[in-house]
Amino acid sequence: MRRIISMLMENEPGALSRVVGLFSQRGYNIETLNVAPTDDATLSRLTLTTVGTDLHIEKLTKQLNKLVDVVKLVDLTEGAHIERDMMLIKIRATGAAREEVKRVTDIFRGQIVDVSPNVYTIQLSGTSDKLDSFVAAMAEADILEVVRSGVAGISRGEKVLSL
Amino acid sequence: MELLSGGEMIARALEDEGVEYIFGYPGGAVLHIYDALFKDCKVPHILVRHEQAATHAADGYARATGKPGVVLVTSGPGATNAITGIATAYMDSVPMLVLSGQVQSHLIGEDAFQETDMIGISRPIVKHSFMVKRTEDLPQMIKKAFYIASTGRPGPVVIDIPKDLTRPDEKFEYNYPKNVKMRSYSPAQRGHTGQIKKAAKMLLAAKRPMIYAGGGVIQGDGSELLTQLARELNYPVTNTLMGLGAYPGSDRQFLGMLGMHGLYEANMAMHHSDCILAVGARFDDRVTNTVDKFCPGAKVIHIDIDPATISKIVMADIPIVGPVQSVLTELLGQVTLLRKKDSSLPDESALDRWWQQIEEWRSAHGLFTGRRYGQSDLIMPQQVIESLYRVTDGDAYVTSDVGQHQMFAAQYYPFDEPRRWINSGGLGTMGFGLPAAMGVKLAFPDMEVACVTGEGSIQMNIQELSTCNQYKTAVKIINLRNNYLGMVKQWQDMQYEGRYAMSTYEDSLPDFVKLMEAYGHVGIQVDKLDDLEGAMKEAFALKDKLVFLDVIIDPMEHVYPMHIAPNGSMKDMWLSKNERT
Ligand SMILES: Cc1ncc(C[n+]2csc(CCOP(=O)(O)OP(=O)(O)O)c2C)c(N)n1
Repeated sequence: MRRIISMLMENEPGALSRVVGLFSQRGYNIETLNVAPTDDATLSRLTLTTVGTDLHIEKLTKQLNKLVDVVKLVDLTEGAHIERDMMLIKIRATGAAREEVKRVTDIFRGQIVDVSPNVYTIQLSGTSDKLDSFVAAMAEADILEVVRSGVAGISRGEKVLSL
Repeated sequence: MELLSGGEMIARALEDEGVEYIFGYPGGAVLHIYDALFKDCKVPHILVRHEQAATHAADGYARATGKPGVVLVTSGPGATNAITGIATAYMDSVPMLVLSGQVQSHLIGEDAFQETDMIGISRPIVKHSFMVKRTEDLPQMIKKAFYIASTGRPGPVVIDIPKDLTRPDEKFEYNYPKNVKMRSYSPAQRGHTGQIKKAAKMLLAAKRPMIYAGGGVIQGDGSELLTQLARELNYPVTNTLMGLGAYPGSDRQFLGMLGMHGLYEANMAMHHSDCILAVGARFDDRVTNTVDKFCPGAKVIHIDIDPATISKIVMADIPIVGPVQSVLTELLGQVTLLRKKDSSLPDESALDRWWQQIEEWRSAHGLFTGRRYGQSDLIMPQQVIESLYRVTDGDAYVTSDVGQHQMFAAQYYPFDEPRRWINSGGLGTMGFGLPAAMGVKLAFPDMEVACVTGEGSIQMNIQELSTCNQYKTAVKIINLRNNYLGMVKQWQDMQYEGRYAMSTYEDSLPDFVKLMEAYGHVGIQVDKLDDLEGAMKEAFALKDKLVFLDVIIDPMEHVYPMHIAPNGSMKDMWLSKNERT
């Protein structure tokens, strides 16, 4: 099962490499990874997605929790949550295709953020599935470049991940 | 307010922490630190001959005393040489602080002379590491490092120190903190009472109980409580290779070590048990044999300070996270309480039958109810360990290297006290024994310290004979000399039809007696059984001398019992070359 694991970690040099290193060291996969500072300059928030059985994930979260730099950790997929992945994608858009790309972008509620005679650069955010669907809706030959932020997530309602 | 340089801060912090020894080796990046140590530091420094030995010596010191070992090495090759020893300590959860020099801050990342990314290289084998960015942070960082290394599940911590931050001419305020608190690190202080109650119930309901105790009991100073619990209930106990001494080895309730080379009765009892109390043990693959076949009828109670160890390999029916002392105290309390309420617990007649069964196993193939090794004209390795046991009254500190000799020592030297048996169980590091023995002897100069080794292993850190000469560390080295990499040969005998690929030295071994003389020590060679005991006594009678007892043994002997793998269970063992369960 796909899991979204999100953690607060000390904003210290080496912290990120410890988390990432743990995955290769213990044979786990990271599908997406997103890290950025928070409102508290001493902490950064790291969110990653991975796939594994319950037992697998339990072992993994125990190992992550053991890292001295990891302050708090939550498996967002255990409860109601919101996840967002952000994509910037460059599409070849010429002739009749130009209109079609714009139409699909509107359907997906994407934004065209840059325009050149032959290319649209589109910004789209949502769940990873939604971004995948958008990519699938574009003709492969027309996709010039894709960049995604990786999933960031937060739980719904009153629950917060904070100190 | 006192102003100190970075180098002086390190020297002072080690004093303030009550460190007894620094094991190290100098070099460019740590010269400011060494100068500070030289000028003013009460902590003696032991100059090893190779940085690996510094880590093993600190490790031996730490295992024997329970206090963190301290290592100081230079950048680059000094740091990389320390890696094997850090990994060894990490695998066996030994508290250690490694201070490594680093090139000057402004040179980091430029492939400077003797630069290596120590934080990166050591990352998977440390409990934590720090890179010093500001001299002012040093006292706090050192305090934190000691705290992390020695609490919770202990382990090595590295502090990487760029040379410029230790300059003598830049001084800062020095305040060594008394305590530290870290929001991101807080090891469990006690176990969950509800879980402990459940465990007490399950334990008392057992008909074929087993107590399976590992190195965590020793590290957590829980041996006395464990012994009390086992005696109170009259339950059988087995120890892992790391746990030997956690329960008195010569006690009737002790079934010996379990696992790949565990005793027959220990492995049989584990396999047939209906309730296993695992304490500070980690179900290592050298214990379980095939995990799917591990102890099919047993419920498992697992006590450990490290949550990640619980249910990692074998699912625990009752997991308890907490320090062994507090959990065992509470468990003992619960057990007493339940027995007050119901005096029929545990089921005495079931327990009698269980002990009867165990005694049958014991007399059938136990190592101590009959002679279990063959006889030849040559000295048998087991006889050497038996002689060592007799001559030291079973009261020595015994370190070992890795191989057959290690297993013979683990099997034939019953340890009645914790922290006496010091070996590299997790990483299996040849070369560990001699430097570890140095660390132990420095910690306990009045105790007998023996290093049981093989001629393969001893040569991996033999340069330390020179260190032993410098500091007059009079350890006794018992070399089980089979002229093979014996454990490798045993596997080649059993699995490769005796093709000895690179497990012999083709008459290239040094004359150890002469070698010892060259290093200022005493060497004694024995090849007749009749001379063995006398030579052993002579070695220990030479109180102030390092003595190397080179015992020529039967090279064809194998270590038994031995688990049958792959696909075997705990109860599937070779008992001799042609006898199996
Ligand atoms: C550093 C290292 N290299 C290789 C091994 C693999 N190994 C395990 S036991 C062994 C042979 C040890 O020979 P010796 O020290 O003579 O002991 P014996 O088995 O003969 O008692 C070897 C090579 C190891 N454990 N450690």
